[in-house]
Amino acid sequence: MKKAAIDEAQLLKEFEEKIEAEVKIEPRDWMPDAYREHLIRQISQHAHSEVIGMQPEGNWITRAPSLRAKKILLAKIQDEGGHGLYLYSAAETLGVSRDQFLQWLHEGKAKYSSVFNYPTLNWADIGAIGWLVDGAAITNQVSLQRTSYGPYSRAMIRICKEESFHQRQGYEIMWKMMEGTKDQQRMAQDAIDRWWWPALMMFGPHDTDSPHTSNAMKWKIKRESNDRLREKFINKTVPQAELIGLKVPDDQLKVVGKDQMGEPMYAHGDIDWDEFWRVVKGDGPCNKQRLDHHINAHENGKWVRECAYAYQIKTNNQ
Amino acid sequence: MQSTENQGKLWEVFIQAKPGQPFKHAGSIHAYDKEMAIENARDVYTRRNEGIALWVVPSDAIVAVTASEASSFFTPAHDKVYRHPTFYDLPDGVKQM
Repeated sequence: MKKAAIDEAQLLKEFEEKIEAEVKIEPRDWMPDAYREHLIRQISQHAHSEVIGMQPEGNWITRAPSLRAKKILLAKIQDEGGHGLYLYSAAETLGVSRDQFLQWLHEGKAKYSSVFNYPTLNWADIGAIGWLVDGAAITNQVSLQRTSYGPYSRAMIRICKEESFHQRQGYEIMWKMMEGTKDQQRMAQDAIDRWWWPALMMFGPHDTDSPHTSNAMKWKIKRESNDRLREKFINKTVPQAELIGLKVPDDQLKVVGKDQMGEPMYAHGDIDWDEFWRVVKGDGPCNKQRLDHHINAHENGKWVRECAYAYQIKTNNQ
Repeated sequence: MQSTENQGKLWEVFIQAKPGQPFKHAGSIHAYDKEMAIENARDVYTRRNEGIALWVVPSDAIVAVTASEASSFFTPAHDKVYRHPTFYDLPDGVKQM
């Protein structure tokens, strides 16, 4: 496409008018380089998170306490793999290949959500992940359904339809444990004690410290700020904890008012930002294990890709 | 283009949700051949009974209008308002048409 002298300022103006009018941007439309780059980073990070997130839960498939629990966990983890694939497909529409995304992940150039660098120590952690980690992810993803990039928005709509089962199955695990023995109640409380803060960290830095927020909001890639989404999650989740007798591990948590629906709104303590940045920069409990496992799985699967390709050539079944 | 790279080539997935409805684009998948493509499409896009029928089409077989050509390409439709039923006047006595 070598159309001479297309005025870039005019294209940018038309692009921003579409954004203003809530018209979705599609892969073949003109877009500013910075918009494309932001999407490539954000969608691939989102895809990697879905796939790496299969590991901490996969740790408990063989030790699920019942066949029912095992089938549910398998279905949930399969969904996460599917969500990764929706998102890789959306990211590829921006002109980057699937292999390139994996290479950036393996080289440490692309990130995934830090929450998956924490270990799952016992069965209660599976409940806490579904309820808190998926709950935080849903809060973010519901907002992203309205993102300005068409393929990303469509992937988010599909994912949100599937996610609410994830959160409910996690909350059910926690509830059942709180109805159980003293030991089970202690396990459930221990799980929320360890997962509450990492779940809040999933929303990212404060808006004032978030390097990518301003363009992302201007171009409607993100629709709500990190802090706003974090507050929504806290307001929704604290009453759920209290209902089943769990204590949220935040001494500064208190009701400060009611929203329009009459639901409580909370003031809360601040995240340990030193820990946040330490884990983001690679020094969390499981960073190395998660990445090594992904690299090994990819390399060990190479012969399958080679066989499939050889079969395609041999049968000319394309 | 065809190699082991990128987990096979790209296919577009279309789902028919119910009998009588048109097929709708759902997304895309990677696969090395037709059989793998239709199975991957099933596993990725129809885990909750979203469809009763599936199509997969190699993405490079789809012919599309480029974005830069789109406005002139669709111009012929712009000045033919007489193709819409609302263009026509009807006498007052007509109840339904």
